[in-house]
Amino acid sequence: MSRKGLKVLVESLTRSAKHFNKSEVECLVKLFDTMVAKASSEYAGAGFDRTVFRDILYNAFGMTDDVVMDRVFSIFDKDNNGYITVTEWVEGLAVLLRGTLEEKMKLCFTIYDLNGDGYISREEMFQMLKNSLLIQPADEEPEEGVKDLVEIALKKMDHDHDGKLSFTDFEKAVRDENLLLEAFGPCFPDIKSTVLFEQKIFRETHK
Amino acid sequence: MGVTLARAAQWTAAGSGAGTLETTPLNESLLNQIIKFAEDFSTKHPQEAAYVFREPLEWKTQLDSSAFGEGYVINEATVQSEAKHEDGQPLLILSASTLRVRSFDQLSHLLRIAMEKKLKEAQACLEANRDPIVKILGPEYGAVEGEDTSILHLFDKVKKESGLETELKMKIILLLHQLDLQLLNSSLKQISQHERLNPATVNNEVNLLKNFCGRGEDTVLESLEYTSDYIFSNGCRAPPWRQVHGEICYLVIKPHDTDPLCITCSTAGVFLNGGQLKGKDIDYERKSDLYEDIVTFLRERSPRFVENMPKQGYIFFKEPAQEENYQHVEGAEISGQWESFHDFTENRRKGKVCGKGKSSSAGSPGERSKLRMKWKSSGLSVSQRPKSSSDKTPRKDSEDKGKSSTVPLTTKKKASGKSKTVKIQETSKCKASSSLEDIGESSSETDEDEQPLRHQEGNTDLSAEYWGIQKLAKYVKGGDPTATLIALCSMRDFNLSQETCQLAIKDTGCLEVLINLLDTEEIKCQAGSLKILKDISQNVLIRHAIADLGGLEIMVKILDSSDTNLKCLAAETIANVARFKRARKTVRQHGGIKKLVELLDCISVGSSYQAKDTETARCGALALWSCSKSTKNKKAIRRAGGIPLLARWLKCSHTDILIPVVGTLQECASEPSYRLAIRTEGMIENLVKNLSSEHEELQMHCASAIFKCAEDEETRDLVRKHEGLQSLSDLLDNTENKQLLAAVTGAIWKCAYSTENVLKFQEYKTVETLVTLLTDQPEEVLINVIGALGECCREQENRGTIRRCGGIAPMVKLLTATNQALLVNVNKAVGGCAMEPENMSIIDSLDGVRLLWSLLKNPNPDVQASAAWALCPCVENAKNSGEMVRSFVGGLELIVKLLKSKDKEVLTSVCAAIANIAKDEENLAVMTDHGVVPLLSRLANTNNNKLRRHLAEAIAHCCMWGRNRVAFGEAKAVAPLARYLKSKDPLVHRATAQALYQLSEDPNNCVIMHENGVVKLLLAMVGSTDDALQEAAAGCIANIRRLALATEKAKYG
Repeated sequence: MSRKGLKVLVESLTRSAKHFNKSEVECLVKLFDTMVAKASSEYAGAGFDRTVFRDILYNAFGMTDDVVMDRVFSIFDKDNNGYITVTEWVEGLAVLLRGTLEEKMKLCFTIYDLNGDGYISREEMFQMLKNSLLIQPADEEPEEGVKDLVEIALKKMDHDHDGKLSFTDFEKAVRDENLLLEAFGPCFPDIKSTVLFEQKIFRETHK
Repeated sequence: MGVTLARAAQWTAAGSGAGTLETTPLNESLLNQIIKFAEDFSTKHPQEAAYVFREPLEWKTQLDSSAFGEGYVINEATVQSEAKHEDGQPLLILSASTLRVRSFDQLSHLLRIAMEKKLKEAQACLEANRDPIVKILGPEYGAVEGEDTSILHLFDKVKKESGLETELKMKIILLLHQLDLQLLNSSLKQISQHERLNPATVNNEVNLLKNFCGRGEDTVLESLEYTSDYIFSNGCRAPPWRQVHGEICYLVIKPHDTDPLCITCSTAGVFLNGGQLKGKDIDYERKSDLYEDIVTFLRERSPRFVENMPKQGYIFFKEPAQEENYQHVEGAEISGQWESFHDFTENRRKGKVCGKGKSSSAGSPGERSKLRMKWKSSGLSVSQRPKSSSDKTPRKDSEDKGKSSTVPLTTKKKASGKSKTVKIQETSKCKASSSLEDIGESSSETDEDEQPLRHQEGNTDLSAEYWGIQKLAKYVKGGDPTATLIALCSMRDFNLSQETCQLAIKDTGCLEVLINLLDTEEIKCQAGSLKILKDISQNVLIRHAIADLGGLEIMVKILDSSDTNLKCLAAETIANVARFKRARKTVRQHGGIKKLVELLDCISVGSSYQAKDTETARCGALALWSCSKSTKNKKAIRRAGGIPLLARWLKCSHTDILIPVVGTLQECASEPSYRLAIRTEGMIENLVKNLSSEHEELQMHCASAIFKCAEDEETRDLVRKHEGLQSLSDLLDNTENKQLLAAVTGAIWKCAYSTENVLKFQEYKTVETLVTLLTDQPEEVLINVIGALGECCREQENRGTIRRCGGIAPMVKLLTATNQALLVNVNKAVGGCAMEPENMSIIDSLDGVRLLWSLLKNPNPDVQASAAWALCPCVENAKNSGEMVRSFVGGLELIVKLLKSKDKEVLTSVCAAIANIAKDEENLAVMTDHGVVPLLSRLANTNNNKLRRHLAEAIAHCCMWGRNRVAFGEAKAVAPLARYLKSKDPLVHRATAQALYQLSEDPNNCVIMHENGVVKLLLAMVGSTDDALQEAAAGCIANIRRLALATEKAKYG
């Protein structure tokens, strides 16, 4: 990419992705280029695919949940073309690393709304929580515990009592209790990995 | 009713028929309940009341026909009720003192007629009808030993025939059954109050009595000894073959007035045994009645004991029953529980260690959290742990300590004739407590070191909350972070301020898991857990459990976290938990104080406060506030640089942070270093400013801080300069909030130490307001109000104001109070008022002088001294004071005896009082008879200038009688007095010169004086500007000179 092209790109991205400054955007773009080069996949030059993205999430942010990682990919991949462009990369990371509560709520809700119908249903919750119980109560069916947990979550968050969570339900619940933001599984890198990542990427390229 | 009557009521003779009911409290209460039941029956159950008994209840009555009125046909000695049975028989017949009653209606009516004879009638009725139910319902319903089948029987009947009568019977029997249960319950309660003795109580009593033993006049016994020093593991001293009979130990008691008594203490009580035989054996045979305890026994045996017991100025402590239970847990049980507790902590530690080890190596968080499984609690409830005795001793100590200053000296006798005097002393809870010692040792160290007591252990009725929490606890324990978080958040939907929920969390073993969660790296779980802990730590039991489980250590560690929110939560939880001593110590020992102080130092951008900073600082201050109740923590806060930070936050205007900040400051102000810092860092200004806050709690803490700091003169001046006196006066109008009032009056009291401040208070009419607060206020307010008035009395105008506002009467009335700190202040105030002759006549008419005088008998030296000081102006200003003083029987002897006190202040004040009393010749004569001269002389070798001055005054006045001058010389008082002239205090000079002048009337004294070189010193004093000194010095020199001349004359003719 030409020097001028890069400059224009950085400027436009700084505007659209809000949470990063120019030099940070520049670093991220550079990182993107490195990843793309390393991946050398079929989209070479334009971006990287799901597998590469998942590697990044796993290695850099310590995220492990397959479902969540897939969902994060589809959210990054706004145009749904199966690979992530530099714009999608920077804008996505802006929310993931530095999003406001509103942005984060939206992100989480979208992640949890597996089928994208605008609601988190019982089934979706079940899907996300099915591996969350480490001790199965001996005298119960293994799935009973999860179902029970789903009901507990619904009771806590389903304010309009329609048996599923709308975004309004979710938003209200999270505003009342911030801890519920990642109620159905971690969606964001934890503080340590974030700090580490930012230190590594931003400082490295500053030099 | 049947069952109770047969079993619980105390019949004189066993077997039925002739037995009568004994008149015991138990029986009386049973009868009263039965009467109440019968009396109310006709109104409560009109239908059943009409039921006609199978057979009439018949008994010999003491009522005669004249008592009956409307509703009865009276025919000479016989009375018949107008109400009649279907068969024409009247329902009540009285003939020749035999009464027959056939329905509850009549029974109720009769009882109402009987009035005060009710009890007798009911007793007679029940004695004649041992099983009234049989008479009422029929023989098949009688109370049968062993099982009660009457209800079953009735059911059978109801099944067979359903009629109105059966239904009525059914209802009646149910009602009677109810009464029966009620009676049994109440009698059980009474019976259970009858304590049995156990080794610990006996030992306590023996130790207590040993304190009162000795040869002195006031002791209660000569000696009291166990017969054996060997104590068995169960606390008994009796040999095992006698323990079988319930015997605990044997004592040999030597009273002053009877032969030695050898007694046995057994679980049933105390009795005299056959005495010690030759060798070590004891004749175990019982030779006397059983007594409840040793004191009761001795009361019966030794008149001297009875006489001297009330003189013992000690308070008997009776420990709460609960604690006693702890004490008597069998040894084996204790060790067992300890063992399991250790097991548990060990398990937990293991779990923690391996949890940590793996989490650093394991890559996936899923695996990491799986380890939590291992942490599943062992379910041991911490509250079952026996309280270690070390927890108890300091509490007792502190109570003992408190005794000297604040403990009222009442010994309350129980009406039942129980001789054990009981007064459970509560150390003053009021934060703004009063006396100087309190400030030294902090208002707080002693308070609220509560014992966690479990009320309803083993209650089987578990609430819905319990089950709800238990269900959630399952997911908290066995879920990954996501599931745990959902469960934690849901748990907060329960009302966690409710005790049921708090205890449910503990009982389900959830508490352990919550604490373990704190030790993970999952910030969200930590936060969720802390949010719950913060709420439930309002509960004492939970607080102690958290500390026992090592929660404080982990929370202190969290204070280092990079997450601000988490730090705040941890600090807030620490604030709740650290309300008892051990917890505060833990926080300190783990470096928590420093970290908490750092929370205050978080003003990141310039000087503008940010919401987040305020919140962090607020939480930090809250925790420091709780911690600052321990003296060592106060020091730690100072060392950590907390004072300037507190000063900085004191300048802000957020009430929610000001309260903990000022709270901490006022708590710490018990330390001189803090008082200095508060003054020098300019905090007084802000404290004064916040007195005008709208928030009462803040006002209160500010006032308390000023209360404590105003010990210092410069601080008092600062308060005045910042117009704090006005604010304080204004706050007196809020009389509803007693804590606030106590703090404000305390601040006024201390500020009034400065005369300028008193003048200001005069301007604000504070004295008038204070007088209105002399009645109907709690002690902690009264102490300060009267203290303030005492200080104001230094100004003549105020003495008049107090009289005009009617303050003298309530003041004198307070002389009968028991709180010693209060008494000291009351004495001072009354003494102050007495300086005005007009006031004095009121005090005299209210018998105030006698009350003051009797306070000389108070065991507390502070009270004695203040009373003696107060007597000085009284004796000086009262009309006919000489006669008044003589009228107090034994009064002069009492005050002379006080010269044997060991307390300097008492001695000084008594000398001053004696100087005044001795102005009356007759009184001086009496005091001389009681040996005032040698007692005064004995004090002469003191270095204390104040004592010297008043002692010299007393000696000067006591010289005026008989050969007292000579006696002082013989008692070697003159030489030390001569040395007083070398002291630097001019007041000592004056008094000494006067005393020497009086003494110099005796030639021998002149010789001694001369030998001690007084002439040169006195010559210098002749040139003094003080007339009295001048005159006395000159007089003394003249006497010495005259003697010298006379001798010369005698020698050389």
